[in-house]
Amino acid sequence: MTMTFADLLSLAPLLIVTATAVVAMLLVGILRNYAATAMVSIAGLFIATIAAAMMIEGTNQQITPLLIIDQYSLFFTVVVCAAAMFIAIFSYSYFLNLDDDREEFYLLLVVATIGAIVMVSSNHFVSTILGLETLSMALYGMVAYPLHSKESAKYPLEASVKYLVLSAVASGLILFGMALIYAQTGTMAFTSVTNPVAPSTEGLSDNYTIIALLLISAGMAFKLSLAPFHIWTPDVYEGAPLPATAFLATIGKTGMFVVLLRYVEISNALEFSSVVTVFSFIAILSILAGNLLALLQDNLKRILAYSSVAHMGYLLIAIIASYFAVGTISIEAVTFYLLAYVIMSLGAFGVASVASSSENELDSINDYKGLFWRNPWIAAVFTGMLLSLAGIPLTVGFIGKFYIFLAGVESSLFALLIVLVLGSGIGLYYYLRIVYRMLLPVDDAVSASNTSTHIFGSYAVLAILFLLLIVLGVYPAPIMTIIETISAFI
Amino acid sequence: MILVILIAVLFVGGLLAWASERINPEYPRIISLLIVLLDIVLMFSLLGGDSSATWLVDLQADWLPRFGISFHLAADGLTVLLLLLTGFLGVIAIGSAWGEITERTGFFYFNLLWTLAGVLGVFTALDLFLFFFFWEVMLIPMYFIIAIWGHENKNYAAMKFFIFTQVTGMLMLVSILMLAYSHYGQFGVFSFDYFDLLKVNTSGPLEMVIMLGFFIAFTTKLPSFPFHSWLPDAHSQAPTAGSVILAGVLLKTGAYGLIRFAVPLFPEASMQFAPIAMTLGAISILYCAKVAFAQTDIKRLIAYTSVSHMGFVLLGIYAWNEEALQGAVMTMLAHGLSAAALFMLAGGLQHRIHTRDMSDMSGFWAKVPKMSAVALFFSVAALGMPGLGNFIGEFLVLLGAFKANITITVISSFGLIFASVYSLWVIQKVFHGEYRNIDFDDSHLYDLNRRELIYFGLMMVGLIWMGMYPQSFLDLSQGALEGILASSQIVATAAVTK
Repeated sequence: MTMTFADLLSLAPLLIVTATAVVAMLLVGILRNYAATAMVSIAGLFIATIAAAMMIEGTNQQITPLLIIDQYSLFFTVVVCAAAMFIAIFSYSYFLNLDDDREEFYLLLVVATIGAIVMVSSNHFVSTILGLETLSMALYGMVAYPLHSKESAKYPLEASVKYLVLSAVASGLILFGMALIYAQTGTMAFTSVTNPVAPSTEGLSDNYTIIALLLISAGMAFKLSLAPFHIWTPDVYEGAPLPATAFLATIGKTGMFVVLLRYVEISNALEFSSVVTVFSFIAILSILAGNLLALLQDNLKRILAYSSVAHMGYLLIAIIASYFAVGTISIEAVTFYLLAYVIMSLGAFGVASVASSSENELDSINDYKGLFWRNPWIAAVFTGMLLSLAGIPLTVGFIGKFYIFLAGVESSLFALLIVLVLGSGIGLYYYLRIVYRMLLPVDDAVSASNTSTHIFGSYAVLAILFLLLIVLGVYPAPIMTIIETISAFI
Repeated sequence: MILVILIAVLFVGGLLAWASERINPEYPRIISLLIVLLDIVLMFSLLGGDSSATWLVDLQADWLPRFGISFHLAADGLTVLLLLLTGFLGVIAIGSAWGEITERTGFFYFNLLWTLAGVLGVFTALDLFLFFFFWEVMLIPMYFIIAIWGHENKNYAAMKFFIFTQVTGMLMLVSILMLAYSHYGQFGVFSFDYFDLLKVNTSGPLEMVIMLGFFIAFTTKLPSFPFHSWLPDAHSQAPTAGSVILAGVLLKTGAYGLIRFAVPLFPEASMQFAPIAMTLGAISILYCAKVAFAQTDIKRLIAYTSVSHMGFVLLGIYAWNEEALQGAVMTMLAHGLSAAALFMLAGGLQHRIHTRDMSDMSGFWAKVPKMSAVALFFSVAALGMPGLGNFIGEFLVLLGAFKANITITVISSFGLIFASVYSLWVIQKVFHGEYRNIDFDDSHLYDLNRRELIYFGLMMVGLIWMGMYPQSFLDLSQGALEGILASSQIVATAAVTK
């Protein structure tokens, strides 16, 4: 298949990000300058965000069998690029004082973003694996980045190796599942498994398909840290430097979830009742395990890790609902909740990385004692993010939860909704626990240990995220219209 | 438009109060007082309107058209009464915080005004999504008030308050969505509007399930047995102003929700459920009166009596006739004043002697005569003395409930006797007898000052007015309640004939 110029034009965001990686690499080769490398990466990601945002209107193109550039993939390209840009800005102050080469972190970050863009634009097994591995390979490096630094985040190597080994196993499961699907349908593109276009082998029955679907689901559930495949999450979150954790938690999850959504919708996987049962089981387990285990933590990163397990469980409810529903509401629910999740997790990790630096990470919730009186603006942003994660009104998290409830009610998934109510109730406890720490009187010992570097850019990003949190929580009508339009493309 | 202004004034005023702390820590309280007084003046302009119409004002604007959610605020006579109660107790709460809150005043008054704004929103919202939105919005500032300015066990109390209301609130959200989907199923469009949802014809077990979602959320807030256990903790830990708002206004949102939403939206299921709800009311009245009698912490005692009095409201609402409903509304208003006053007295005592334990107190009459007399007045009001507002409310409730269910009413009326017992017992214990101060430092035990006398005086006037000339309140709520009754009876009789 030949590529036309129009095809290349549609790939603009991907090409811009790729070019950014190349330029940044050459720059590091010629001149090691931390600020310049950061600036190039941030500028490249910014241009890619703008380009993707301008293209959303009216683009709908399959470019080679591998990539689909439609409004849905472009929407998430915008989300991914913007989030990557924000994380790049947070990393600048975080790594400012690292006693090692600092520039390569941006290379890894940009390469990981390429992987995520490929994933959100993928409707073919090959591009899924390419994107996934590009993302993961870069992430292994990001997680282990402060390895040679003497006083860095605690266990970067342990976290990285753990993530590498388990992630490779998960990729193996996905690949095996894909091979079985290929044996059934004869194509690597996402197609219906219940009604394949070209059934190739007669010997393979539905049971093979179900096993294949479950293998793929298990691999994806691992990457999404859904219970019972979540064991790696808290350790990796805790061991990795904060910007890498933020990347893993937001962009990594978003890319994978969009693939999951597309695959489930196109393949009709949920027509097998056993698949629905397994998905429901995973959702229930994730919500309960995530929320209950988060209760026991004192480490902010571990709390957010377990809470992300629970949030992925909430999202899975909407995926299950999408099969039973007539309209697109459940797809809209997934889309909106993912957007909300990116905003609020990025905000929460952003606050932590603004307060921390690579030599001194404030990851115990006691480090935030009295923050409300020491630094009211940061504390207000943090409180907003945590209340949003808990799904309280005036924040985007509430509208997200409203969508999930709506999708669940539409499809009459009452058992799952009861679990959702229970899980959110438990969740309140650990979110409020952090909020309560911030409200306590100021402790002198804590404020003295706060050595973070204050960079204007990080504060500006926090302000933007907070604004998005409130505006999308109070007047989400415009974004609802956009999401309604793009969801029709799935 | 006036309703939007009423709410917006409080939101903006809260921000102003917070910001003004930088200039002078005295400013927030002055600004808040002026803001709430301005709000009350604006509320009175509602009364001047056309009183023959059921809805005095009605405003509707698109909010989230994708799901038929609109920004719909409206007020009838019942709403206006509750708005005035909120405004009045807002002033009282600011008065009680005037001397007590000395730290981080800006943020305190910010939270106070935002709670009031949320409450006004709950009382005026006629779109169920908007209602739920305000329902949750009023929780967060209240959580802050308890968690920051509360007493020794504030974290536990604030957390319990928040989780109870939030979890049951989510059950209500599921119910609201189920109702909206029933509307979608019957009419083909999404709507969360009250008047649209009234037309939805649900029946059978589905209606019962949806109704229970609302019922649990509202009776948790009310609170009623068996969902009341958060209230004593929240009250004993909250600062005085927090208790005033909690007892006086926040509990009333639960009762309001039952009257406005739970029963009219689901008349058939409510009719079937009424005996159970009335029984729960009776249990609340008797059981919590008994528990109150066993308390040594004076704030917990008052908190349990609140639950007991709210049992009358629940009883009155599910009797579902005009006398009982009028009685429930009167009880809400009168209890708002009397409970707020009692919490302020308890808070005042705690502020002076730093203990809430009644076993340490006795013979205060000799030491603080004005305070003791005021306490006697409000205790007597709370136990239902004829001539004061609470009597009118509870009498009307029992009168109406007698028509609906004789057994439960007879049993409930024993609550009046229990109320006399624990009220007089408290007076006897704390204010009579021999004065001794071995267990606390009484160097700050001074009598009520002029500011305190002014706001206790205002509340006394209110209670006497309600008791002597209740017609002025009954007239206001009558139209609204008749409208609610009529609409639900049409549906109910239609169901019976069908």
